[in-house]
Amino acid sequence: MSKENSDISIDENIIQAIRIGNHQAIEHIYKLCYPPIARMIIDNQGSTQEAEDIFQETVMVFYDRVTKSEDFHLTSKLQTFLYAIARRLWLKQLTRGKTRYHKDSVDDHLDLLIAEEAIEEHKALESKLAHMESAMLALGEPCKSILHDFYIKNKSMSAIAEKFGYTNPDNAKNQKYKCLQRLKKIFFQK
Amino acid sequence: MKRLNEQDFLEWADQYLNEELSKSEILQFEQYCIFFPEDAQLFREHKEFLSIYKKNQHRNEFKKALHQQKPKKAKKQATQVISLSAIWNRLKLNVAVAAAIAIVSVFSTLWLTGYYSTLKKTTSDYSALRRDMNNVKRNVNAHNAAIRSFNKDKNSDETTHYGATSFMITKSGYVVTNYHVINGADSIRLQNNGGETFKAEVIFTSPEKDLAILHINDSSFRSVKQVPYTFKNRDSDLGEDIFTIGFPRDEAVYGQGYLSSSTGYAGDTLAYQISIPVNPGNSGGPVLDKEGNVIGIISGKQKGIDGAAFAIKTKALMETLEDIPADLLPTEIIVSNKNTLNHLSRTEQIKRLQDYIYIVKVY
Repeated sequence: MSKENSDISIDENIIQAIRIGNHQAIEHIYKLCYPPIARMIIDNQGSTQEAEDIFQETVMVFYDRVTKSEDFHLTSKLQTFLYAIARRLWLKQLTRGKTRYHKDSVDDHLDLLIAEEAIEEHKALESKLAHMESAMLALGEPCKSILHDFYIKNKSMSAIAEKFGYTNPDNAKNQKYKCLQRLKKIFFQK
Repeated sequence: MKRLNEQDFLEWADQYLNEELSKSEILQFEQYCIFFPEDAQLFREHKEFLSIYKKNQHRNEFKKALHQQKPKKAKKQATQVISLSAIWNRLKLNVAVAAAIAIVSVFSTLWLTGYYSTLKKTTSDYSALRRDMNNVKRNVNAHNAAIRSFNKDKNSDETTHYGATSFMITKSGYVVTNYHVINGADSIRLQNNGGETFKAEVIFTSPEKDLAILHINDSSFRSVKQVPYTFKNRDSDLGEDIFTIGFPRDEAVYGQGYLSSSTGYAGDTLAYQISIPVNPGNSGGPVLDKEGNVIGIISGKQKGIDGAAFAIKTKALMETLEDIPADLLPTEIIVSNKNTLNHLSRTEQIKRLQDYIYIVKVY
């Protein structure tokens, strides 16, 4: 297997890992992509903190892209793609509140177009989920944990009843239903 | 089919979504939905809501993991690389300023310590020596003048702080000095040891012999007594005791030495090499032997060689005087032929000489 092929398969593995929620992929991404992006930002008036923030947003953009549909495939190396996103994000941050940067200088590359698109999607999703996020905050404990255990961790009702101190699974079931109704109410109210 | 309440229906829907139902139960659920469209609508909303909820939860977990990744090993390596370049970025300005200061201080120190003027002098000396190889035999005095004019220029820049020396040829007011002293002068003043100043004009110059004949044309100048010294036309012998009086400063300075060579700079036969400490301002001063005969006129010294001063021979002066066209002369030049300094002690000789030696102030 040539190096290029192995690179591509590594990238594909990372994408698959992200889809199934395997967080070890993050470490790989950090190792692979953080240094060049950090250097780019620090060389362009950024601090280490800003570099980290931009990198994490970059990974989130990538995450949103990957989890949006099953048929997403990289058109270039993962490193290149993330670099393009980070570069775009950093440029936006630098020119925030100032005159718009010169689009023509960077827009001619396909990667950058895809990056731009991914960033737009990411922003849209972010604002959509912000709604859910604030609803979750308003919901509070133990509802948050009950719903999380049931819907995300797929725990059984009897396990949940035991964990949260309900006398039987039916009580827990009732509680879960109430929590869900409350969350829906908060969510749709806004 | 009996309609379920919302809670029971959603419970069932969750089981359906979690794929906990058997095949027949799935079919049953789907039929129920067709039968009760309101519940079907409720199911779609529930499903949509749950997908947003789940997405948000998964995403938050990923985000959390991402943030926790920060302090791990992979990042550490990166920060090391980064911190170096960050330090460089931070110190870039300081480094630039320090470098600029270093450069400025190096060159200003060199300038203050006279490195550049030394450099210039050295090169001018060097080039003179090079010309010496080619055509110096023909025109040595001009070279002498060129080399020494460096000093002279400096003196004239500082007005009359140093000036030069001259001495009387005749009692009627003819005075001799070096050509390089008066070269380029606007006006020339002569000052005697009594402090009186007289205006003088250039009568004749001989750049190649580095001699200039001046005449005092000031109304306040009164003819002096007979000049006490004579001019010795013959070459003097090596080792002869000689002395001079000059004005390297505003007071007359006596200097004593010996005749060290019968030729001057680069073998010039019209000059002597003498061993008398001389300084800028001594130019044009008379060189006398122990009897009080003028044997030469101090013209300069060679840089870089200790005790090598040069004096133009009296013979050259006499030739120059003969060369002057008669119509240029206000009065005839009658050189004294009576030496009144002979057999006097040196101090007495100097006392008598002083009245005939002038500071030349060139403006």
